[in-house]
Amino acid sequence: MNTKTLWYILKRIGLSLLTVLIVITITFFVMHAVPGGPFLGEKAISEAAKAALEAKYGLDKPLFEQYITYLKDIITGFDFGPSIKQRGRDVIDIIADGMKTSAKLGAVAAVIALISGTVLGSVAALRRNKFIDRVIMVMTTAFVSMPSFIMGTFLLLFFTVQLALFPANGSEAGGLVLPIITLSLSPMANITRLTRSSMLDVLGQDYIRTAKAKGVSGTKIIFGHALKNALIPVVTYFGPMLAYIVTGSLVVEQIFAVPGIGRAFVSSIINRDYTLIMGTTIVLAILIVVMNLISDILYKIIDPRIKLE
Amino acid sequence: MKKLFSMHLNVDAFLPATEEEKAYMVQMRPSTTFFRDGVKRFVKNKVALVSLIIVVLVVLSSILLPLFIPYSYDQMLGVQLGKPVDASYNNLAPFEYGATELERMEAGEKIFPHIFGTDSQGRDYFIRVVYGARISLAVGFFASIIVLIIGMTVGSIAGYCGGKVDLVIMRIVDIIYSLPDMLLIILLASALKQTNLDEIIKGTALEQIGANIISLFIVFGVLYWVSMSRLIRGQILSLREQEYVLAARAAGARGKWVIFKHLMPNCISVIIISTALQIPSAIFTESYLSFLGLGVNAPMPSLGSLASDALNGINSYPSRLVIPAIVISLIVLSLNLLGDGLRDAFDPKLND
Repeated sequence: MNTKTLWYILKRIGLSLLTVLIVITITFFVMHAVPGGPFLGEKAISEAAKAALEAKYGLDKPLFEQYITYLKDIITGFDFGPSIKQRGRDVIDIIADGMKTSAKLGAVAAVIALISGTVLGSVAALRRNKFIDRVIMVMTTAFVSMPSFIMGTFLLLFFTVQLALFPANGSEAGGLVLPIITLSLSPMANITRLTRSSMLDVLGQDYIRTAKAKGVSGTKIIFGHALKNALIPVVTYFGPMLAYIVTGSLVVEQIFAVPGIGRAFVSSIINRDYTLIMGTTIVLAILIVVMNLISDILYKIIDPRIKLE
Repeated sequence: MKKLFSMHLNVDAFLPATEEEKAYMVQMRPSTTFFRDGVKRFVKNKVALVSLIIVVLVVLSSILLPLFIPYSYDQMLGVQLGKPVDASYNNLAPFEYGATELERMEAGEKIFPHIFGTDSQGRDYFIRVVYGARISLAVGFFASIIVLIIGMTVGSIAGYCGGKVDLVIMRIVDIIYSLPDMLLIILLASALKQTNLDEIIKGTALEQIGANIISLFIVFGVLYWVSMSRLIRGQILSLREQEYVLAARAAGARGKWVIFKHLMPNCISVIIISTALQIPSAIFTESYLSFLGLGVNAPMPSLGSLASDALNGINSYPSRLVIPAIVISLIVLSLNLLGDGLRDAFDPKLND
C-alpha cells in the first residue's frame, strides 16, 4: 500500500464521518420540525419518560443546545435517550434487541445472494446466449424490478397460505426462511448480472487465451484464472446490497412478523415514538455508510490497476 | 485522342454530365435524422416495443376507465343515506353482486359488474386498483419532472460556471449522494405526515393534490436530483469538448447552430432517457412508502397501500393482494424495460 492509497482511505473515512454527522443533524432537525417537537409533541407520553427526557436534554433550553447534547451522547456513549412510548426502555436497548434477529436475517441473505449470484453469473457467462443464459437473464430482470414487498407477499401467499410449508410468524422455527429468500432475491439478481458481465469481460482477455492455448482445462481456467478477477466488481456492490437489505427488511419484517429492527422502526413510525425513529434511522444509516466505506476501500486495495482519482 | 497543347488534361471530363450520369449520383435513400434512426432501432427491439404497448395501455386505462365505470374509489356500495348498512356488499368475490343489486337485476336492470369484487368496506375493488395505478403513475411522472427540473438547473449551472461554483455544488452533490436515501425518505415522510401541511396549502391549488402526495414530491425533490444533476453536468462538460463541436466551429458554424444542431440533440436523449428511468424508481418508492403507511391518505388508494391493506386478509382474500402486486410489477418492469430500450436505441454510447 502506498501513500496515495493511504491518503485515499483517510479521505474516504473523513467523508463517511461527515456523512454520519449530517445524517444525525438532519434527523434531529427534521424531527424537531414536527409540531411540538419530538420530545413534547405527544400527549400520551408517560410521566417517567418525560422526566427522563427533561433531565437528559433540558427541554426548556434552546434547540441548538439540545442538539449538542444529543450529538455528544451519541458520540460518547452511543446513547439515544429513552423511548417515549415503551416505558422504561432505552432506544439503544430496543435497537440492540431487534438487531439480534435482523443481523442474522441480513447476513444469511447476503451470503446466499453472494454465493448463488456468482454461481449463476458464471454459468450465464460460460453458456452465453444459450438457453440457460436466457433463462437466468429473464429471471434476474424480473427480480431486479420487483419491489421487495411484492416479492415477500407473493412468497407468503404461496408458501405459507397455499402450501403451509412455513410458519407465517417470523419468530417461530423456520419462520426466517421466507424472509431470507425475499431479501436475497434482488441482490442475487444484481450480483448475477455483475458477475456475468465482468466474467465475459475477463474471458475475453489475453491471459485466458494463453491459458487455453497451453491446454488448461475449462474448470481450471474458471476457478484458477477467471473467477478471481471477475469477482472484483462485485465488491463494489457490497454497500448498495446492505442498503437494499436494510430498507428491504423494513417491509419484509413487517410482512413475515419478524421481531427485528425493521419492524421496530416501522411500528415506531406508526406509534410516533420519535426518539426511537431518530435512533433507528441513525444506527441504520451508520451501518450503510460503514459498509459503503469498507467496500470502497476493499475495491481499491484488491485491484492495484484501479486508478485513484 | 490526346490533343496537342491541351496540358494533358482530359477535356471530356469537363463536359456537362448527361442525365444518366446525374441519376447515378442521386442519393437513393433519403437521409435519416437522428430521431428516425433511433425509432428504427427501437422498433427492432421487441421487448421494448411490448413494454411500450403495456405502458400505453396502463396509462390509457388509468385515465379513461373511470369515465366508464359507474363507481367511485371511495363509494361504499352498502351504505345508503337513511338505511342500515347493507353488509352483503362487503367482501364480494369477483363478478358477484350485492343484495339490492340482485333485486334490481331481477327487475331487468343492467348492473355494471364488480370485476374484482369489493373490499371489506363494500367499495368496488376494480375502480380502486385503477385509481391506485393512476396515483402511482402520476406520482412517478411528476416526481421525475421535479427531479429533472432541479437536476437540470443545478447541473447546468455547475457545468457552465465551472471553477469554484462547480466545486462547491459537486461537493454538496457528493454528500447527498452518500446519504442513505431510503432511510431519509422514510424519516422525512414520517415527519411531514405530522406537520400541518394541510393547513398551509388550504385554499391554494395544491389542496386538490393532498398533503401526502406533496410531501412525497418534497422528498423526491430534496434527495433524488443529485444523480440527474451529475449526469447533466457531465454531459455539458464532455459535449463542449467533443471533436464534432470543434469541427463545426472550424467549418464556421455559429454558436446558435452548434447549440441547436449539435449539443441539444445529444444532451436531450440522455436527459429524456434518465427521466424515463426515474419514473419506475419513483413509483417504486411511492408504493414502498404507501406500503409502510407513509404514502397517500385513505380513502385515496395507491397500489402500495392497496397491497398493504390486503395483507391483513391474505388468508381469505388473496386476490386483493395479488391484483395490485401484479399491476405494480407490470408497471415497474415495463417502464424499466422501456427505458432500457430507449437508451439502447437513442444513446448507444451510454450502454456499457
